[in-house]
Amino acid sequence: MINVLLITFAASLLYISIANRLLTFIRILAFQGIILFGVSFLELNEINPLNLIFILLETIVFKAVAVPVFMSYVIKKNHITRETEPYLPYFLSLVIVTLIIIGTFLISNVIEDPRLNKVYFVVALSSLFTGLYIIMTRKKLITHVMGFLVIENGVFILSLAVGSEMPMLVNTGILLDLFVSVLLLGIFVNRIGDVLQDVDVDQLQKLKD
Amino acid sequence: MTAIYLLGALIICILLVINRNRKVNYVLVTAFLLLQWALTAYQFMHRDTLPTGQAGEEVFGFFKADALALLMLTTLSIVAIPAYFHSYVYFQNRKPTPRVRSIYFMSMTLLLTAVSGAYLSNHLAVTWVFVELTTLAASGLVYHHRDASALEGTWKYIFICSISITLVFIGILFTSIALQQAGHGELSYPALLENAASLNVFWLRLAFIFIFTGYTAKMGLVPMYTAGIDAKDKAPSPAGALLSSVLMNMGFVGMFRFYEVVAKTSLHDWSNNVIFIAAGLSIFVATVYMLKVENIKRMLAYSSIEHTGLVMLGVAAGGVGYYAAVLHLILHAFAKSSLFFQIGQVHRIFRSKHISETGNYFKYNLPGAMVLLLGFICATAMPPSGLFISEFMIFRALFEGHHLVILAVVLLLLTLIIWAFGKNMFKLLFTPLAHFDETKMGKVYGYESISQFVLLGLVIYLGFNPPAEMVALIQEAVAGLPH
Repeated sequence: MINVLLITFAASLLYISIANRLLTFIRILAFQGIILFGVSFLELNEINPLNLIFILLETIVFKAVAVPVFMSYVIKKNHITRETEPYLPYFLSLVIVTLIIIGTFLISNVIEDPRLNKVYFVVALSSLFTGLYIIMTRKKLITHVMGFLVIENGVFILSLAVGSEMPMLVNTGILLDLFVSVLLLGIFVNRIGDVLQDVDVDQLQKLKD
Repeated sequence: MTAIYLLGALIICILLVINRNRKVNYVLVTAFLLLQWALTAYQFMHRDTLPTGQAGEEVFGFFKADALALLMLTTLSIVAIPAYFHSYVYFQNRKPTPRVRSIYFMSMTLLLTAVSGAYLSNHLAVTWVFVELTTLAASGLVYHHRDASALEGTWKYIFICSISITLVFIGILFTSIALQQAGHGELSYPALLENAASLNVFWLRLAFIFIFTGYTAKMGLVPMYTAGIDAKDKAPSPAGALLSSVLMNMGFVGMFRFYEVVAKTSLHDWSNNVIFIAAGLSIFVATVYMLKVENIKRMLAYSSIEHTGLVMLGVAAGGVGYYAAVLHLILHAFAKSSLFFQIGQVHRIFRSKHISETGNYFKYNLPGAMVLLLGFICATAMPPSGLFISEFMIFRALFEGHHLVILAVVLLLLTLIIWAFGKNMFKLLFTPLAHFDETKMGKVYGYESISQFVLLGLVIYLGFNPPAEMVALIQEAVAGLPH
């Protein structure tokens, strides 16, 4: 069951690469939050119940509901147009993300560790590189934040792989997630929309040499 | 004591935000400085001991004052005094709103606290938490001016630092996989060092790549150095001084503690190659930008990139290079911060930090011009600068390690850097400006340069006549590395 969920997660990465509307993007992020809820519920059944509840709440409340709602609010408030505006065509993005997944799959074959589930490793690393790829190839700042959230989801999966033995690391990862998301989106909602007219990377070109 | 310090600093931070009175503000800041020095003195008296038998032992057992932590903590405590003093001078001339001033001092105090915590931390994850905290604190300083370009700098800084901190976290996760495989569960540095030999090389290699890349954002190396440049440029100059000295040292400490673990395994040579590539590219990038840079603060920031590159070359070369690297880091913190403090006065006189709009500084501020001249000599590592000694030792380490090609390229790049640095500095000091309205010039007092002379004096003195205590500490800090 866990493997099915994780593979669905990897498929959602492919969908992200061709999503051309911000709203689709947000929905995929919410969907990923629900998948992570399922994975952590199935994986972490041996840890302290209180800790488990905290982790489950973080995935379902924060990742699946709060961040998507907040992000749609940011988009409405700043009148951000609904296209994701990539620098590269969607088809190429799909090919590249597929290559990323195949690449991490090949890397994972080197691992000789009977205790680690390789599916976790593949999905987490593909999610990390897909997030970085999205940040590099999308024009809008809000898509950069979304790419960052994809990276965070990958980190969360990786921390689940070691989580049943070190729950402390899962919690630390969650704190990172909360901290950074609140910081980035907070700046967005309070400042960027007020100071800059149109929110894309072209606006941030003044500081250079 | 660490507990008291963290708690005290937190209370001072909260009070600084709540309070809007200028005088109370300065009292609080002085209280923090006293606390900082009390911590430093206490840690010197309780070296290498973990607190025992107290409540809260669980949490505060994560801190230990080893030799490297003591050296860096002392450096920080010394630089902190002029940093607050110059912030005071800065606000005397700027007259900000009380809210802006409170947030500035709160951010600076939080930054110093977080950096001290990261130095003293004895645990991989605890260092990481404090590094994360510095991002928050530093962004408060970078956003100080609250205009579009400050926002741009802050956004880039937060975004790149967040990605870096995530990379470090992934590295920690890989380390924990390696540890679990070897049958351990403890992420503290002594435990890691003890079990280094039994860790799986594959996971450790991945962990090192991620942790190293992550810390380069704070440290100022290729590939993540970019955010730091904008931050040092946009932050007020006293804050820029901290960002380019103690914060960069923190990145080094984080990286170095993990490097010590890797150096005990068969990955040592491989990790040295990674560091050689990153350090060499950093010096190259610094050279390219120094040659074309227009803004004097950005030039100093790129010069910091160059110096961290040299420090890492020393680490990668090994032998006498380890000692030289730590010495270089300390001296560079003093030299670079004094230059940044001085740029605050330059900006007050010319109302600009662009090299083309400044000139003939000797005429307007004699002590300040002397500081810049001396600072230039110190930062480019010409004798009598102490950096000359450490840089010379780094080159010797490269030579002894048979890295002759790297040595030749680096020497060539350094020549270009000295030329670019000198060209800009002498333009600022001697070339008269064609259209400069001297009536609109800000007032600068001679006493504002005293702290810079003291810092630069330290650079020279510590280089040529280092106290035996300091030499012993540096040797102890690098003793764990294979020679």
